[in-house]
Amino acid sequence: MIADKAVQSLGPLFTNPDPDEARKYFHSKSRTKAGKLMSLKQAVERFVHDGDYLALGGFGTNRTPVAACQEIVRQGRKNMGFAGHTSTHDFQILAAGEVFDRVDIAYIIGLETRGMSPCARAYMESGRVKICEWSNFSLAARLKAAAMGIPFLPTRNMLGTDTFRYSAGKIMTCPFTEKTLALQPALYPDVSVIHVHEADIHGNCRIQGILISDDDLARASKKLIITTERLIHNDEIRNDPAKTVIPYYLVDAVCEVPYGAYPTGMPYEYYSDEKHLKEWLTVQKDSTAFTSFMKHNIHDCPDHAAYIERNGGIDRIKELRAKELMLHKEENHAEL
Amino acid sequence: MADYNPMELMICVAARNLEDGATVVVGTGAPCAAAMLAQKTHSPNLTVMFEAGGVAPILPAMPISVGDSRTFHKAIMASSMPEIMETCQRGMVDYTFLGGAQIDMYGNINSTMIGNDHAKPKVRFPGSGGANDLASLCWRTMMMTPQDAKRFTEKINFITSPGYLTGGNSRYEAGLPKGTGPYRIITNMAIMGFEETSKRMKVLNVNPGYSRKDIQDNCGFELFWADKITDTDPPHADELRILRDEVDPHRYIIGR
Repeated sequence: MIADKAVQSLGPLFTNPDPDEARKYFHSKSRTKAGKLMSLKQAVERFVHDGDYLALGGFGTNRTPVAACQEIVRQGRKNMGFAGHTSTHDFQILAAGEVFDRVDIAYIIGLETRGMSPCARAYMESGRVKICEWSNFSLAARLKAAAMGIPFLPTRNMLGTDTFRYSAGKIMTCPFTEKTLALQPALYPDVSVIHVHEADIHGNCRIQGILISDDDLARASKKLIITTERLIHNDEIRNDPAKTVIPYYLVDAVCEVPYGAYPTGMPYEYYSDEKHLKEWLTVQKDSTAFTSFMKHNIHDCPDHAAYIERNGGIDRIKELRAKELMLHKEENHAEL
Repeated sequence: MADYNPMELMICVAARNLEDGATVVVGTGAPCAAAMLAQKTHSPNLTVMFEAGGVAPILPAMPISVGDSRTFHKAIMASSMPEIMETCQRGMVDYTFLGGAQIDMYGNINSTMIGNDHAKPKVRFPGSGGANDLASLCWRTMMMTPQDAKRFTEKINFITSPGYLTGGNSRYEAGLPKGTGPYRIITNMAIMGFEETSKRMKVLNVNPGYSRKDIQDNCGFELFWADKITDTDPPHADELRILRDEVDPHRYIIGR
């Protein structure tokens, strides 16, 4: 194995890729099939700590664990590391709360076609956040390496670019083929949150639709909080075990949070609330208005149900469900 | 006065480059519109993929996010990001589309930052997302973009996604898969390819209403010109009808 000294990356490695350190942790992780039900407030209190490295499931504004992001901000977590793996609305919530001070970047600040988040952008331009560049595939490969229990995975992206130069990746010549490969170091987050469709009280989980990287993320994470649209009985899991994507022994907490991805979309359940996301992007332009918006929607809400109640409640959810299921032809188009 | 706008022209030209039976990874917006138009015209068997995991959806409407449930509506598979990226890395994806704030003469693209200090950028953009991966691993990369001398620049501040790097063989010497690279840059003014040995951007077609001078004046580096420059075939009536009535009836993309 020949490391190429000529091409060095400059970025900081925020987490330890050592598989034996990870094995030591996973060795001590409980395998008991205890009930893990608790409120999201309790789960964040117990498992999300200042300084921890945090990763979230979902992608863009889809199946994003928004309830958890808001609870983390509400509880005032600081100095966290964060994996910005096409992180959009979740990123702007955490940036507004100045929760993190270091970020592995694949995609941040933007909300895809909706434009960029002013508060997230200002926070990233302030120089107060340490950054390391990656790409979506690189972060996915880093999680997969961790899930596999190996220190890195070789890939063929990033080569020759500044994205590599400002990453913490390395270059290797393949001992079999002499190809040049980029090495993606394993990423073991201290704690992750994944929002799923169904889970039992032990943490066996089902996800419908695209998985993104959440199967690997669940396996890579030292601690894992699940928020679920609904609880199902363990019998139901056992009746159709092929549907289980996250087994209970990966999970530390199960929190039943209906509409826990709102205002992002949940496949087959509800579409993203474009009106509310637009309000988020617009209100940030006025810092006084944004402070009271955050107070109204996060700090003064005891939980996610209260937040939804303040933004149209069950009637709004019904509209978003109709849009997701395309019950009315004229609502098929995304921005309606 | 032409009865189409620059966005419609770029989408029609892009769609014509997606042949039947090919595979393409797209994002939201104009690339998705181009793929949908191709499917509804000459390429019914074009396989469209989205980097978050959607494979061959029957798109009921324009998705607003790359992971939107529309991206796997009646799809053949709702998979994962590794599945899509690994398929690109295996060499099974023919085309992709990228966007960016800056592009240079070798087709390198910046979507990360403006400024000289990476730790404290003058302007911060989202970063690579999947762009670096798709530009590295798909066979042919295309770009649809308005053209001006600020965007088409001699020296970009940050190479987020690889084009031909410093030209010649440098892309492959860096280790990127052989035979991959930028293919077409489709602007409001012209259609560009890349010169075979130097890998410099080269004008192939001039869009209606623009002169060679316009095209060079709105580019921050010296463009190469094909031996035989032809006029871009403007959008056909049937292409425009399908684009306006079926692909983007609410004009989210073509109304920009």
